[in-house]
Amino acid sequence: MSIIKCTNLSIGYNDRIIQSNLNFEIGEGDYLFIIGENGSGKSTLIKSLLGLQKHISGEIKYCDNLKSNQIGYLPQSSNISPDFPAGAMEIVLSGCINKLGLKPFYSAKNIRKAKHNMELMKIDHLKNESFQKLSGGQQQRVLLARALTSGSKALILDEPVTGLDPIATSDMYSLIETINKEYRVAVITVSHDINAAFKYASHILHLSDSGVFFGTKNEYRNSKFHKKFYGGGIYD
Amino acid sequence: MTDFFELFTYSFMLRALVVGTLISLCSALLGVSLVLKKYSMIGDGLSHVGFGALAISAALNLSPLAVSIPIVIIASILLLKVSSNKKLKGDSAIAVISTSALAIGVIIVSVSGTNTDLNNYMFGSILSLSSTDTVMGIAVSVIVTLMFILFYHRIFAVTFDEEFAVATGTNVGLFNILIAILTSVTVVIGMRIMGTLLVSSLIIFPPLSAIRLCDTFKVVTIASAIISVISFILGLTLSYILSFPTGATVVVTNLTVMLCCFIFKVFKDKIKRKK
Repeated sequence: MSIIKCTNLSIGYNDRIIQSNLNFEIGEGDYLFIIGENGSGKSTLIKSLLGLQKHISGEIKYCDNLKSNQIGYLPQSSNISPDFPAGAMEIVLSGCINKLGLKPFYSAKNIRKAKHNMELMKIDHLKNESFQKLSGGQQQRVLLARALTSGSKALILDEPVTGLDPIATSDMYSLIETINKEYRVAVITVSHDINAAFKYASHILHLSDSGVFFGTKNEYRNSKFHKKFYGGGIYD
Repeated sequence: MTDFFELFTYSFMLRALVVGTLISLCSALLGVSLVLKKYSMIGDGLSHVGFGALAISAALNLSPLAVSIPIVIIASILLLKVSSNKKLKGDSAIAVISTSALAIGVIIVSVSGTNTDLNNYMFGSILSLSSTDTVMGIAVSVIVTLMFILFYHRIFAVTFDEEFAVATGTNVGLFNILIAILTSVTVVIGMRIMGTLLVSSLIIFPPLSAIRLCDTFKVVTIASAIISVISFILGLTLSYILSFPTGATVVVTNLTVMLCCFIFKVFKDKIKRKK
């Protein structure tokens, strides 16, 4: 059962089309990697999926009772000023902002959920720490916990491992895998990392100037598309 | 100590104390968000627009607050739009609006020949608060503080990461406008005591001091409010004792506190590094 379905989607800025005729869907529990070179429209696509910017034509449909407040988002880390005074718990809790409705304050249930997600991300011991004092990997885990708090059915991640060292990178990938496998959360991630895509993805969407590929990981591995861009090497 | 309380038996001092303390509280709360969003120049721009509005109200013999509050609110929404527009040069646009308003105000004051002292507008006066101003000041402060508390979590989310807030369905534009409106009314009331040129210090200094001392948003907000209130009361008392101009003395007190916070931070970091 697909939860997000895009038909004949065209995306871009100010009527300048970057990609057109995109057709793909994301099912419950899928793990989609969006890859492609800079400027191929990866970030524009996820911003369109989130409703942060308008798509030019076509349709983005949330199916199977998916509501926009069930989608979590991890922005590129460069969006956040590194010296902002904020506690880890404050940030994770702010993921509940879309559950407040008309209430001014968070409920005990919201707080429990935030705490649970911090435990899941193995950062519960950092809950009173200041964001600016955390390492890059810890900061990303705080933001991932916030994303998970705001959306329980799907996560959209914009380059979640950029700037992390190899250990923090593999920690981050395995946390995302846990969320995807054990909690059946659909994950859509933008990445440059083709090796990670082969390791973790269920589906791959490759955007380029000369065309678009969408299919399962194995379909991609055997496609001309993959051979053209990566010389057909085998990655494991 | 008895001298300190005797001071406030003068009704003008009592008014200045009550309104000034409340406005210091409000501006410090709003200031944390404005400073962190790098919108602090909006406060400065608004006070200049407020000067122009005050000049118009004096020339037309209208109630100063009734004229300046709506004008400044409109200006605040305009300034917000201008400074979030990446195509326009946001900071220069703010300077254009604020200096133009100031210039127009100066011309109106000199042409209309009202007997109001230009100096009072520019640098503030504790004698300028009428009893209507006092009532308005108290009402505005209560509303601003209540709104801030009720929307605290949303203000945090919007200040920390605007894009995330939009992506999760928060109406960020609405909250930015809310903050702009609350800032406008606070600035208009604060201007009477602090003066056009000095009122933005109430928005900028206490949050900067608090950010040095603390590192979570909630604690920074509370510390900013406390620092602001203490600096105001101290500044007001000193200005009376030393016969210094009130607004300027409050600013210098805030500056001193801020410098102490900076020095404290440097020492704290040094001690930590040694560990």
